[in-house]
Amino acid sequence: MTEMWLNMGPQHPMTHGLWNLRVKIDGETITEAEPVIGYLHRGWEKLAEHRMYPQIIPMADRLCYGASMSWSHLYCMAAEEMMGVEIPERAKYIRTIVLEAQRIGSHLMWLAALGTDLGSYTIFLYPMRERELFLDLMQNLCGARMTYNYPRIGGVRNDVPPNFERDFTKVLDHFEKRIPDYEALCDESTIFRMRTEDVGKLTAEQAKNLGVTGPNLRGSGVDYDIRRDDPYEAYADIDFNVCVQQGCDAYARYRVRMDEMYESVDIIRQAIKKMPDGPVRVRPPRTAPKGKTGFAHVEDPRGEGLMYIIGNGDDRPYRLKVRSPIFVTVSAAPYMLKGYKVADVPSIMGSVDMCLGETDR
Amino acid sequence: MEEQRSGLARGGLTAEEIAKRITERFPTGVSITSAKPYRIYSKVDSDSLLKLCHFIKDELDFEHVSCLGGVDWLAENKMQTVYHITSYANRVTMEMVVDLPRDKPEVDSITPLWGGANWHERETYDMFGIIFKGHPRLERILNPEGTEVFPFRKDYVTGRRV
Amino acid sequence: MDLRLAPNAIAMSAKEFIAWSSSVMEQLLRASGGKKAVDKISAPIWSWALRNANYPLHFGVACCALEMAAASAPRFDAERLGMIYRSSPRQTDVLLVNGWVTAKLRPDLRRLYEQMAEPKWVVAMGECAISGGPWYDSHNTVQGVDTFIPVDVYIPGCPPRPEAMIDGFMKLHKKIHKEMKGTFLED
Repeated sequence: MTEMWLNMGPQHPMTHGLWNLRVKIDGETITEAEPVIGYLHRGWEKLAEHRMYPQIIPMADRLCYGASMSWSHLYCMAAEEMMGVEIPERAKYIRTIVLEAQRIGSHLMWLAALGTDLGSYTIFLYPMRERELFLDLMQNLCGARMTYNYPRIGGVRNDVPPNFERDFTKVLDHFEKRIPDYEALCDESTIFRMRTEDVGKLTAEQAKNLGVTGPNLRGSGVDYDIRRDDPYEAYADIDFNVCVQQGCDAYARYRVRMDEMYESVDIIRQAIKKMPDGPVRVRPPRTAPKGKTGFAHVEDPRGEGLMYIIGNGDDRPYRLKVRSPIFVTVSAAPYMLKGYKVADVPSIMGSVDMCLGETDR
Repeated sequence: MEEQRSGLARGGLTAEEIAKRITERFPTGVSITSAKPYRIYSKVDSDSLLKLCHFIKDELDFEHVSCLGGVDWLAENKMQTVYHITSYANRVTMEMVVDLPRDKPEVDSITPLWGGANWHERETYDMFGIIFKGHPRLERILNPEGTEVFPFRKDYVTGRRV
Repeated sequence: MDLRLAPNAIAMSAKEFIAWSSSVMEQLLRASGGKKAVDKISAPIWSWALRNANYPLHFGVACCALEMAAASAPRFDAERLGMIYRSSPRQTDVLLVNGWVTAKLRPDLRRLYEQMAEPKWVVAMGECAISGGPWYDSHNTVQGVDTFIPVDVYIPGCPPRPEAMIDGFMKLHKKIHKEMKGTFLED
């Protein structure tokens, strides 16, 4: 009887953020897994009930700090739905551009973390170098590197800086030539392929039932993307492909994200060309009626994010519920880990792209 | 673009059609507040919830639980659980609001139908104390073990400094 | 052995001999000024070695951890300053706390601190580690790491830029230099 429970975490180089993955191992093979979360729980939803509507925007940034623009934008969308605010066209296009730039930044951070997990420091360094370029673009736009505080209920905070189109075009042209470098680094590396192919299999039926969304779902062959199937902002006017892979393993999830980076570059280029002139912000009402509800869901880089908000009659919300994609994907981790070896855990959980800030809230 | 909005381009049902089928099947217990493209809003009784979920899962292709949360209405002496369930095939998200009495907040668990509701229900129990009957493992998930209060209830006041 | 019996005493045990001879040497070195001379050489070398090889713990809590990762990235490159991240607390010098600490994490963080070997320093990075940050009224966060761990350097910011984090480590270097550990024989 060689079975034992092993604690991977909370302090473990594989865990990005703090959680504990308890695995029951029989020799080297995993027979059961139990994720334990809650090390970063700050009661975000309760704190939001004590803040005014604009004060929640920087709080929403810090929900998932890898994709902070996506979360503050989601909050603004939910609040606009509840208050019945229509945002100007130019604001929609600016939001689309920064959301896609944030998606590229988040995927680069994921790739860097995956490299560290698998022990390859080179795969950490190259994407971080390109990510700095995108952070520079965001800094020109809104002044911050990581937690932007840029979307507002009613639009965005400010219009684009001068030379916006020139800077973006330069970075995108440079970046598009670099993605094949990352692919070569990973796809042509036998070790990477051996470690990620045929591990962490999650069938399409399992993924749909367990609530897995985003690139993890599309890596299992399910063709669903909220940007195309329930469009918001300017996505309805932009032509793009949804990246789906049939492999169901960690390698397929990795390939989905690499393809998504190409698509995001394309989306940003189209949006910059089609952006109309006009105001970027309308003034929302200060208060919301009591009991009025609204919800919005978006395609976060990690999956489907959803926020449900109830107004209180004054300038603070009554309830703000956050649905985090990784919260549900981590609950599906036991299905992905059974039967594989302990050494496969970093590559499986790395391919899932975890961010603990949104999981624990 | 209009075809896409109605879901017909991919062979699915529209939100209005789904709403009609639900009202035919559940004349009492479920009341559809509104049905727009991509959205259905409804209020459901706690007795009809499980039957409705079986219906939409088996016959209307609702495969995915987007969200499941609780709300504490202290003044009206009730609690609510709010469900958002999405259909990939029809591209519709349905919101269901279930009212529960505040002194005995119990509702059927939908985890046996959709595994994606598992941790959402655990979290709602952890924060509000709503019991989900039939849940495989209803324990605290985010708060440390041994916490004796339900933090998101309105009568629990955190130590505000300001 | 009782030294008052000398020269009639015949033998000491090994432990007694070591204790006696080292105390004689120590008194000799202190009296003759040899300790001061060696101190002048050994203390700066120790301090140079200690501060230029600050090994932080691979411990990313929250948002500030991304800026910590960006600090090791090519643009800011903290590794040229000797900051190589180690995974085990037994092999580290610096505990870099970069995020909010919750009630669930608090005993584990204290245990990590106690597992580190002397000499060790603690750097609190970001508002959440300094004082609880934006989550000041949360039911589950600890309002500041220094409520249960002694902190040496505070790096403010939400999140601090990677340059600010490196500046904080430069201040830690200055602090290590001032402490001047590594003197020959206890002071």
